[in-house]
Amino acid sequence: MAKSGLLSSSLAKKYAMAATGLFLCLFLVGHLVGNLQLFISGEAGREAFNVYAHFMVSNPAVKLLSYLTYLSILFHAVDGFVLTKLNRKARPVSYAVEKPSENSSWMSRNMMVLGTIMLVFIVVHMQNFWWQMHFGAMPIQVVDGVELHDLYTVVYAFFNPAESMALLSLALYVAAMFAVGFHLWHGFSSSFQSLGLRHAKYTPIIRFFGRAFAVVVPGLFAAVVVYIYLIQA
Amino acid sequence: MDFTLKIWRQEGPQAVGHMATYQVTDISDEMSFLEMIDVLNDQLVRSGDEPVAFDHDCREGICGMCSMFINGEAHGPNRLTTTCQLHMRSFKNGETITIEPWRAAAFPVIRDLVVDRSSMDRIIQSGGYVSVNTNGNTVDANALPIPKPAADEAFEAAVCIGCGACVATCKNASAMLFVAAKVSQLALLPQGQPERTARVEGMVEQMDLEGFGNCTNTGACEVECPMGISLDHIARMNRDYLTAKVANKG
Repeated sequence: MAKSGLLSSSLAKKYAMAATGLFLCLFLVGHLVGNLQLFISGEAGREAFNVYAHFMVSNPAVKLLSYLTYLSILFHAVDGFVLTKLNRKARPVSYAVEKPSENSSWMSRNMMVLGTIMLVFIVVHMQNFWWQMHFGAMPIQVVDGVELHDLYTVVYAFFNPAESMALLSLALYVAAMFAVGFHLWHGFSSSFQSLGLRHAKYTPIIRFFGRAFAVVVPGLFAAVVVYIYLIQA
Repeated sequence: MDFTLKIWRQEGPQAVGHMATYQVTDISDEMSFLEMIDVLNDQLVRSGDEPVAFDHDCREGICGMCSMFINGEAHGPNRLTTTCQLHMRSFKNGETITIEPWRAAAFPVIRDLVVDRSSMDRIIQSGGYVSVNTNGNTVDANALPIPKPAADEAFEAAVCIGCGACVATCKNASAMLFVAAKVSQLALLPQGQPERTARVEGMVEQMDLEGFGNCTNTGACEVECPMGISLDHIARMNRDYLTAKVANKG
């Protein structure tokens, strides 16, 4: 009978897409909870955020989770590129006339484009903050005798209207959050379908939750940054 | 009614094809789409040209042969409708209608609008059946009690006519809806249980070998399927395949 192993099949590639995608949704929640502390202004906010940021780079459990996240992003991206390549190969001659909007959503057809935008964003975003936090020359805040990297000040300075690039950074950040939202709009409930988790009663709930997630999570990420920009204007 | 037709013409599997433009006039709005093509072909034969080759058989919406991508949609603009059941009243007088063959690596063009769908037959041969001992003691299928909901759901999958509209419509030329309908139909019935895991593994493996694309859950197949087969069956296949692979340690 079947000779192929699990990992080589088309369905397995989709299971991997779904599992890594859902894991990355959890990561988004974790990241967002941290970012929301940037709403706290003044010294209280600075201390809360920097203590949190220090915890995120020093706690061994978080470290393990972060490696899992890097791996998931890589795997999700590579798997996505492989699947897209195979899918293009499956239709070597395209139609002269197509009406895809008659039967499917724009998001569902453009996951690769949205994902690529997100991947570029992740690289730039990590250069801007992750790299600074780990390897850059950072301002220091001392809390309880511990020297903390003052990421709070770095973020506020990055999105300070006085900076010439701040408005461009803000616009690109918000645009990237739109890509995240559109990607999740389809991706969240799609992962459940790929894993075979479909149910007459629960699927509409999953779809609603997925779409709410797609609006609220990127919306809050963007709101934090817009707030930082406006409050310093 | 008068129409301008843009039709894909291709002399053979290796030949380079092109879109050709034809005019048809005095078409009745009660004609089926295939009857309209018959009129065109009559016209072409009379003028000494080659008629347009297209697949058709029952012309009553149950055989699945009439594969045509009409104005950017499989089987044309109407839902739950095969090309043979599509009538010219669904088009506007004077409209330009583009007709193309199913486009997929797994469905090579044989001639004009005719494609080779034997890849689907090979998927069925890879497990889309139940083995029945016919040594003279064959058990009557009706002797086996089947819960009504299971029978109904199996029937909803069994109505698949294997037309390939799902493949033609899918942006990835994926055959998931077809394969899932065939897997699901037997997975829901007691007769299908002994070969359940081998079936899903074999059929998915063959689907991949034939060069169909991967499912990205756009849902286009479900919308364009002339029999209205649900994505529920794809989810069931996804579930069954995972279970099969875990159970068989493969």
